[in-house]
Amino acid sequence: METIYILWLRQMKKYRRSGLRMVLSVIQPLVYFLALGFGFNAIFQQAGRGSYIQFIVPGVIAQTILFTSIFWGANIIFDKQFGFLKETLVAPVSRTKVMLGGALGGATIGVIQGLVLFIIALIFGFHLYSWPALLLTVLLMSMLSFAMVSFSSGIGAVVNDMPSFMAVTNFLVVPLFFLSGSMFPLDNIPGVMKAIASINPLSYAVDAMRATLINQSHFGLPVDFAVMTGTLVVLVVFSIYRFRRTEA
Amino acid sequence: MNPIISVHQVTKTFGKLHAVDDVNFTVGEGEIFAFLGPNGAGKSTTIKMLTTLLLPSAGSMHLAGIDVVKEQAAARKIFGIVFQDPSLDGDLTAFENMELHGVLYGMERKKRGARIEELVKLVELWDRKDTLVKTFSGGMKRRLEIARGLLHHPKILFLDEPTLGLDAQTRNLLWAYIRRLNEQEGMTIFFTTHYLAEAESIADRIAIIDHGKLVAMGTADALRQKTGTDNLESAYLELTGSQVRDETLSSADSKREMIRRVIVNR
Repeated sequence: METIYILWLRQMKKYRRSGLRMVLSVIQPLVYFLALGFGFNAIFQQAGRGSYIQFIVPGVIAQTILFTSIFWGANIIFDKQFGFLKETLVAPVSRTKVMLGGALGGATIGVIQGLVLFIIALIFGFHLYSWPALLLTVLLMSMLSFAMVSFSSGIGAVVNDMPSFMAVTNFLVVPLFFLSGSMFPLDNIPGVMKAIASINPLSYAVDAMRATLINQSHFGLPVDFAVMTGTLVVLVVFSIYRFRRTEA
Repeated sequence: MNPIISVHQVTKTFGKLHAVDDVNFTVGEGEIFAFLGPNGAGKSTTIKMLTTLLLPSAGSMHLAGIDVVKEQAAARKIFGIVFQDPSLDGDLTAFENMELHGVLYGMERKKRGARIEELVKLVELWDRKDTLVKTFSGGMKRRLEIARGLLHHPKILFLDEPTLGLDAQTRNLLWAYIRRLNEQEGMTIFFTTHYLAEAESIADRIAIIDHGKLVAMGTADALRQKTGTDNLESAYLELTGSQVRDETLSSADSKREMIRRVIVNR
């Protein structure tokens, strides 16, 4: 346990010392929130769908977490290139713990960023449907973040250089994000798009958060939760497997 | 006396390349052992196998009687290692790097703190313990790495080109620490270097590897006598030839190697 804790703590310290990066990583989702939220709000309301600002907040929180977490594996590449990974690989600790410690650190950061976005949304007039459900939202945020960080760590363990890592993650992040229903409702879209969205795990995370934050849901919270749990387990196992096979 | 390191018929192949080819040797407890060879001869591959970072394709290796392949976790507690390239976290302080290492090696908090203080003082970095490591010079980082490698009381210290890229003053200082540790704690030292004078003056015994095979092993005197030369450098060139070698390296290694060459050549 102490091993996982110290590796988690390492990431927290690095995050705290990252200074401006902490702030900058919230800017992009914030722009989405403000520009799209206020830009489309009137049209959305005219179409009888209620407030777009309400609708987009869960999507933007999911986006923040996705963007923070899916690039997490870059830290593994840095650890490889700057040699620190070797220090953990020759230590008498299991690779599983090494992976979990780092990934929990990444997931914590993802959740913090998500909460920052949430607080900003409150300031701009977001109305939470039930405060107790916020706890459930934090759980969902943690699951999403941990799943994405694990996936990214697994990629980071396989790939040895930054350009390849960025190519893989950039290739994935845009379709994951745009075809997830984070920016628009999933009913009334073309069948192909709907089909893609329904195999995109992020759709379920966004939908689940929409259920807990504004009490709207496309798939239903139980389905969302089941898919998220399944995805999380698969991605954590994938990452542990890749870590165990890493040679220096 | 039982050998503390024993390497028996060890081979490592990467595809068709025999990086290490049927190598046998033993190192006695408390010995200072130098492992020399041209670039790409198999030095780092051997150290990686001995330190559980690579699995041998064939053969067996034991550290203090523990099978390196079958009992990895137990074997990892026996040695400390200073890698060719720095392996510190630059975004942590010197103290935090040490503490993380202590936790990874399962040291109790109380003993950990005292040992960290002792070692960081030994390498003369105690007044900088709360400084981020990324601000350290190359020599300071190497000193801290040596202190870190010693934290968990290893029986064997592996040093892979510990003095590469350091000035003469820092090199002298490092070898002075290492010799003191060897004398005071009876620690076995296994190191590689390209500075043959270092091997000659410090090592009890020297092994030379070339094209994955051991070509000679013995004291510096014995190697000189064997080759009829009057210094280790001549003996070494006699044994390994004077041809310059190309290295076959894994992609991460080759990139680091390239960067290093550019820096060294400048």
